[in-house]
Amino acid sequence: MSHLIALAGNQNCGKTTLFNALTGSNQHVGNFPGVTVEKKEGSIKKYKEAVLVDLPGIYSLSPYTAEEVVTRDFLVKEHPDAIINIVDATNLERNLYLTLQMMELNIPMILALNMMDEVRASGNTIHVKKLSERLGIPVIPISASKGEGIADLLDVVVKTIKQKKPTQKLDFCQGEVHRAIHSIAHIIEDHAEAAGYPTRFAATKLVEGDEPMFKALDLDMSDIHIIDHIVEQMEENLGTDREAALADMRYTYIEALCAECVVKHQETREQQRSEKIDRFLTHKYLGIPIFLLIMMTIFWLTFSVIGAPLQDLLSAWIDRFTAMLSNVLIAADVTPWLHSLIINGVCAGVGSVLSFLPIIVLLFFFLSLLEDSGYMARVAFVMDKLLRKIGLSGRSFVPMLIGFGCSVPAIMATRTLSSDRDRKMTIVLTPFMSCSAKLPIYGMITASFFPNHAALVMVSLYVLGIVVAILSGLLLKNTIFQGNSVPFVMELPAYRLPDAKSVLLHMWEKGKDFLHKAFTIIFIASIVIWFLQSFDWRLNMVADSANSILASIGSIIAPAFAPIGFNDWRASTALITGFTAKESVVSTLTILTGASSDAQLSAMLTQMFSPLSAFSFLAFTILYMPCVAAFAASKRELGSMKEALLTAAYQTLVAYLAALVIFQVGSLIF
Amino acid sequence: MTLDHLKPGEGGTITVVGGQGALRRRLLDMGLTPKTKIQVRKVAPMGDPIELFLRGYVLTIRAEDASNIEIEEVTR
Repeated sequence: MSHLIALAGNQNCGKTTLFNALTGSNQHVGNFPGVTVEKKEGSIKKYKEAVLVDLPGIYSLSPYTAEEVVTRDFLVKEHPDAIINIVDATNLERNLYLTLQMMELNIPMILALNMMDEVRASGNTIHVKKLSERLGIPVIPISASKGEGIADLLDVVVKTIKQKKPTQKLDFCQGEVHRAIHSIAHIIEDHAEAAGYPTRFAATKLVEGDEPMFKALDLDMSDIHIIDHIVEQMEENLGTDREAALADMRYTYIEALCAECVVKHQETREQQRSEKIDRFLTHKYLGIPIFLLIMMTIFWLTFSVIGAPLQDLLSAWIDRFTAMLSNVLIAADVTPWLHSLIINGVCAGVGSVLSFLPIIVLLFFFLSLLEDSGYMARVAFVMDKLLRKIGLSGRSFVPMLIGFGCSVPAIMATRTLSSDRDRKMTIVLTPFMSCSAKLPIYGMITASFFPNHAALVMVSLYVLGIVVAILSGLLLKNTIFQGNSVPFVMELPAYRLPDAKSVLLHMWEKGKDFLHKAFTIIFIASIVIWFLQSFDWRLNMVADSANSILASIGSIIAPAFAPIGFNDWRASTALITGFTAKESVVSTLTILTGASSDAQLSAMLTQMFSPLSAFSFLAFTILYMPCVAAFAASKRELGSMKEALLTAAYQTLVAYLAALVIFQVGSLIF
Repeated sequence: MTLDHLKPGEGGTITVVGGQGALRRRLLDMGLTPKTKIQVRKVAPMGDPIELFLRGYVLTIRAEDASNIEIEEVTR
């Protein structure tokens, strides 16, 4: 029989490192049902019968965030055989707050006291045995990053599962709160049992005023009145409200517990070191320049020093493979359409996207260094004020910045945002940051129309993207993303050396995710575009793509672009192919104009566009729906095809409106 | 006096945590309960948010939210 074990704890307490240490690379990443909260599970390496589920990093079981609700529901409804509660031993007081709440769930629990090496190294002590006695659960000192104590932990977990011993009824409450909890427990016992909640947990939540619990228990009006009365009485006697009373009660208990079990002479070395590092990294004047310098270095390394050669190498391999395959197909005498499907459709389409793999994996290497070292929290601290006005927090800054390189990893990076609302909004806004794949389009147009003002035009396009993102953010904040954002109350964890294994696993996971997209949604999109480009309506293969279905669709929609300055089937067709990858806009225009040199293309373009309509075309190009790879990423992170389609439609609408304003206002001026 | 009025290096003891809903609960959960000693460590480069030290760890919150927290026995 297989066992289910939950791994729970605060953020930044080494939970992922422990998860990786226990499961190895044997992981499956998905979402909790109905929400876009990540759920990682894997079987334990040395105890294959057990499945370990990594619950989101949370600080409390309050009913306010999706992560907390998901954790509650999981623990109550999935009945795990045990909870491993990992806590940061250097910061025991705040970490035990969640422990106390989870202990009310009557699930066998083991406390993994992580970072004990740091506690010891700084000369501090935690009386493990006493702590275990007081809490009534096993407490195992470990160091997840060094692999210390993991075997002991596993032994105790296995023993605990076999004993099936639930947590002792730890009565941390006293006085007025105690009275309230126990009288309410008495009233609701039957309801709690019927709803599948441990009575004590349900009663505590009712005293706290927890709305979902009131609903889940389905209480009579008379019971609710009595409960309200009990709580009012408690509040009156204590002179404080229900939520504060319980938080205070838990912390009071923990303070006493820590006074008994923790001997702390000084801050740990890591904490002292962090304070020193922060003198520079969050310095009043140096903080922002250092951040920009770090990001520029990451971009430079990713896109030119390491990424570009790797990308070229991979492209070359893909080309060689394609050529080889082409020869094989010709030798096998396959029909021309099949040859074209495989070579021009699949290999060209998937191949061009696939060559981005090194860049994406590299970016995630740097992103996990930023995240795991603790620096990402500092970035949020430093940049928060800038993003607050558009309803986001500093946490969204890095994903948006990555968007200037490539929207795909940028959208994938929103996974680390703790709020669902912030994540969705960031996914919608990030593609407005002009990505590097659009540079060839800018190059082509500026060379033809603005040869003397190329830099100015480029800068204005980047600024346009940012301005549109800001306006869009303001609009979204006041319409569909109205309502309370998750509060910006964030821990600044001590800086720590990232765990190599976790960083590698993270890169592997993101690379795999991208490959999966390349061979599913991008694969299909490539075939569809190939089909439209290679056949006419009578399903005959065309030699000249000007006669293809795609070209005729281009002609049909071309008039729609007249108000923004270009009514030309070649331009609209190029925009459609831009969906496979933005660089395709350039190659399609080259093919459709029949230009054989840059000079010739320039000449053809000047017939198609005026300088104003060329600029309007550029504006549309940077803002409209991103390429299929980015679309696939946003579908994955939004967790819904419908929302991804709506997002793409919204981006295209915004692009159209922006280009319309530019062209119409421009026409009045010029 | 409220927490947002403290300068870096100044500290005090929390008396009341005001506000409501998710934000207030979050502050309480993170250990900003009455009688807790708290210190302002730093202000972000753009003047907001602020960096706090309490219960042996470092926390950052926005000045606007800090204005809901009453402080007494301010030490400079």
